[in-house]
This record gives sequence, structure tokens and C-alpha cells, in this order.
Amino acid sequence: MDFVAILSIFVMACFVGYYVVWSVTPALHTPLMAVTNAISSVIIVGALIAGAAAGSASSKWLGLLGVVLASINIFGGFAVTSRMLAMYKKKDRPAPAKH
Amino acid sequence: MEHATAGSSFAALAYLVAGVCFILALRGLSSPTLSQRGNRFGMIGMTIAVVTTLVTHVPMQAVGLVLTGPSGVVSATGPLFARIDFVTVLEILAAIGIGAVIGITTARRIAMTDMPQLVAAFHSLVGLAAVLVACAAFLNPIAFGIADMVIPMIGQPFAAIHGVSRIEMGLGVAIGAITFSGSVIAFLKLNGNMGGKPIMLPGRHVINLAVLAAILLLIAYFTQDQSAWIFWTITILSFAIGFLLIIPIGGADMPVVVSMLNSYSGWAAAAMGFTLHNSAMIITGALVGSSGAILSYIMCRAMNRSFISVIAGGFGAVADTSGGGDKIDRPWKRGSAEDAAFLMSQAEQVVIVPGYGMAVAQAQHVLREMADKLKEHGVRVKYAIHPVAGRMPGHMNVLLAEANVPYDEVFELEDINSEFAQTDVAFVIGANDVTNPAAKTDKTSPIYGMPVLDVEKAKTVLFIKRSMGGVGYAGVDNDVFYMDNTMMLLADAKKMVEDIVKSLD
Repeated sequence: MDFVAILSIFVMACFVGYYVVWSVTPALHTPLMAVTNAISSVIIVGALIAGAAAGSASSKWLGLLGVVLASINIFGGFAVTSRMLAMYKKKDRPAPAKH
Repeated sequence: MEHATAGSSFAALAYLVAGVCFILALRGLSSPTLSQRGNRFGMIGMTIAVVTTLVTHVPMQAVGLVLTGPSGVVSATGPLFARIDFVTVLEILAAIGIGAVIGITTARRIAMTDMPQLVAAFHSLVGLAAVLVACAAFLNPIAFGIADMVIPMIGQPFAAIHGVSRIEMGLGVAIGAITFSGSVIAFLKLNGNMGGKPIMLPGRHVINLAVLAAILLLIAYFTQDQSAWIFWTITILSFAIGFLLIIPIGGADMPVVVSMLNSYSGWAAAAMGFTLHNSAMIITGALVGSSGAILSYIMCRAMNRSFISVIAGGFGAVADTSGGGDKIDRPWKRGSAEDAAFLMSQAEQVVIVPGYGMAVAQAQHVLREMADKLKEHGVRVKYAIHPVAGRMPGHMNVLLAEANVPYDEVFELEDINSEFAQTDVAFVIGANDVTNPAAKTDKTSPIYGMPVLDVEKAKTVLFIKRSMGGVGYAGVDNDVFYMDNTMMLLADAKKMVEDIVKSLD
């Protein structure tokens, strides 16, 4: 892909992001932060490439450390989002017994 | 990446699908009913991205004279003598496993009141991961397909990194490092390891601008000269500026800071996506970047402050000395838990206004019990949430959801503000500045112009506060305390609500 092609994807994605995020209900802004945090860990792709590449031992170890950090985020981010979202309940449904 | 093989176009397509899944993940958050499905889309997208990378970048081990080519693809070098490097495969899987265990354990154990700290900590990890990837790319640019081997007339052959890639790497490492050190400070402040008060360095604006200018100049110079010292100086200066930018910002401005760092973590991912020509990373980076930016904007608007003034920091650092004396002497009424219980049980409608103090006191569960008791008395109970109540966007909503408060009883400022005039009791728990009518009337007040909840219009205001001495974050007195129809309930929020629940029996 040439630079202009990726720049186009980027600019379009910014617009998509703008409209999608404005439609998020304010009550879910904390889960929104948690899930955006999880998906921004897609940076793991770069860490995996570095970890898998031969040629530089230091680059490989930096990559592996990056994989650990990004994985903490991916698993932690999605798990905590899911935990939060499970708590949002409507009035009509009888709430499960607690306490 | 320059080889347009079947494998690489499959990979590009898979990354695009992953990017679309991430869009759907955010789209799902438009309503609580669809949100779990959205979250699953996010997980699917991430799985696609990771598996695609693992499959297209299988670690190879050179045997004999064979050199491993760009991206470790065998076809790039042609010869037969390369085999899968199983040790590295295991190391990668172990790295993912370690991260999974730490991540899932943390996510399960964390208390909902600690969510702002957790999010800040997670942001710091994204930032650090971006820095590590950029460093790895700098050390081994051939593996990332961003450099050409140059064999000079004299000296060693070296990998010349493409000019555009140098800018992308420089920006990526700078934004990543700022995200990391900024998030660490935000975490320490939110977690209470560091005072919430702004720390002001003399001449900090000059220092910050100078460091920022130096980073940008170095990135520009980096395109001409790929010496290691330039790259490492950019990294170190960026760590420093992240630290310097966040220390002067006070505790209650944290919603803006956390959102801003959220945005930065996205831009860091996008910058690395440009380096790797990876559409999943670019789409995600743009989504997260705009998401954080929009949240920062919403938070700033809710405080009627400009983004610049928040970033400049120091808000609430100067104690309000003007006319502090005469305010202390103004008469106010003190109530007991029994009074509060009686007033609310007689009411037709009670609107609860929670704030950061509720989170600190962990009072959300007992508050829900109180609401249940009131409903048994035939009282209509609603919750009014100010956008900046708490320490991060939506903080109060999550805590109320945790306490099993149905989300259709919880209202945003603009949806409920007109109802206070028809409300019998406004019950303020742990909030202060967001109810201050001075924001509407007093042009000299530091919070003038900030949208506030009109609690003073209710027939009675019950205001839980620890003591009369302290002022809100903005350092301004609140006229609501001294109104005839206000009753101050001076106690720890949780203790007071527990007593009210007992009195309601």
C-alpha cells in the first residue's frame, strides 16, 4: 500500500470514529474507555512481528515484552468491559437477588 | 510487504475485517442492550488480527547460509534451508499467556470504584507497548519491511530506513512515551499514591514548550540522519514531557486527562499502523483517537473550560481567599438521619445526585437499598448524573449499575434538569461544584458558565457532606448550603445513608 492509500484509510476511519462515538450513550462512557483501550492494543501486531523476526536479539526481546504488555491489555480490557456491561440492567426485569 | 503475493493480500483483507469488527464493537455501545454483542465483535476482531499476524510471520530459523528475508517469509529468500523456529513460537505463545493471566486476574479482582486507576494503568501499557514496538522497528527495520540494505563504498552495510517511516516511527515513539509517562502519573494521582493537588513547577509552560519543540525538531532531523542518539533522545524527552504535562493537573480535572490519554494511546497505535502499513492498526488508532478526543471535548464542555486551560493545569491550586471569612458565618441548618428519612418517605419524587464522594465512601450499594426502601413507601426515585461527576466519563453510571440500579432510572443532566422544580427532595451525596448555582449567576466565580444541576429548585435539598469547613474542588463556596430549604447532613456518606435506611424501617 502506498502512503496515500493508508492515509485515506486513516482519514475515513477518523470520520467513522467521530460519528460512531457520538452515538455512544453517556451512561456507557466508562465501558467505552475500557473497550477502546482493549482494541488499541492491536499494537500487538507490531510486537508479534518484532518477536518473530530473526536478525536482532534485542529487537526480538523488546517485541516479546510488547506482546506481554499488549496481551494484558487485550485480555484485561475485554474482560473488564464485559464485566461492566453485564451490570447494566433494565427496570422491568427482576433484578437478581443480591446481598 | 512489497511482495504482492496471495498470502499478503489475504493478510491485508483479514486486517481490514478486524478493523471493521472494531468499528462494530464501538457501535454496539449505543445502547446497553446491544453492548455485550459489540464487545464480542471486538474480541473477534482482535483474534483475527493476532492469528493473521502469527500465520504470516512464522518465526524462521536460518540453517547454513540462508538469510531470513523481510518479515521472515521463506519465499522472500527462496532457498530451502530455513525451518520453523519452534523455540520462538513457544516464547511468543508464552508471552501471550502471561499477559492473559495477568489481564484476566486484574479484570476480575478490580473494584468498580477503582476503575479510573485501572483504565489509566491500561493506557500506560498501550503507550509502553507502542514505545517497545517503535524501538524494535528501529533496531531491526528490515524485519518490518521499512528499510533497504545499503552497501556503501567504505564501511559496513546498513539498513537505511525510509524517510516517511522515520517520521512515523518518531511520532509513534513520542506519542507512545507521552501516553506511558502521563498515564503513570494519572494512575498515581487517581490511586492516591500521589496527592491530587496540582504540582506547579516554576516556568513550566516555557519548559514544556521548549521540550515539545525539541521533540518535533529532532523528529524532523531524524529524517536526515538516522543516528541512534536522535531516536533515543526523542524517546527520553517524550517520557519527560508526559510527566511534566500531567503533574500540574489536579484531581477533579482527571476526567479530561484520562480521556486525553485514551486519545493519545489511539494516535500512537495509528502511527505504528502507518509504519507497518497495517489497516487494522490504522482504523483502530483513528477510532480510539477520535473517541478519546470526543470524550475530552464532552468533559471540557461540562466544566465550561477550554482544553488548553485544563492542559495548562493548576486549576483549584489557589485557595479561595476572597470573602472566605464572611461565608463561614452564614447560618445553615443541620439535619439528622431521622429527619432525612422522614422528609424523603413523605415525598412524591426524590432525585439523587451522586458525586465523587459517593465513590470514595463506597456508598453506592447502601444508596440503592435506600432507594428500594423509598420505593416501598411509594416514592418515585431518579438519579441525576452530571457529566463530570467522578473521576472519569461515566464513572457514576458504572457504580450505580454495579449496585443494581436499573439504567432507566439514571438520567443525564439535560434530561432531568427541568424536573427539579417538580421534585420534593434533591438528595446530594458526594457532589458539590456540580450543584453550585453560582455557575449560573456569579460572573466572578471560577466555575461561572459551567452547566450545573438545578438542585436549589427542589422543595427540599438534603446535602451530605463530611463537614462545613471544606470547599469543593474549585475552591468556591456553595450557596445551596445556606438556603432555607437546605438541610445539611454532616457525616461520612456511607454511614449517613445506612442510618437513613435504618430510620426508614
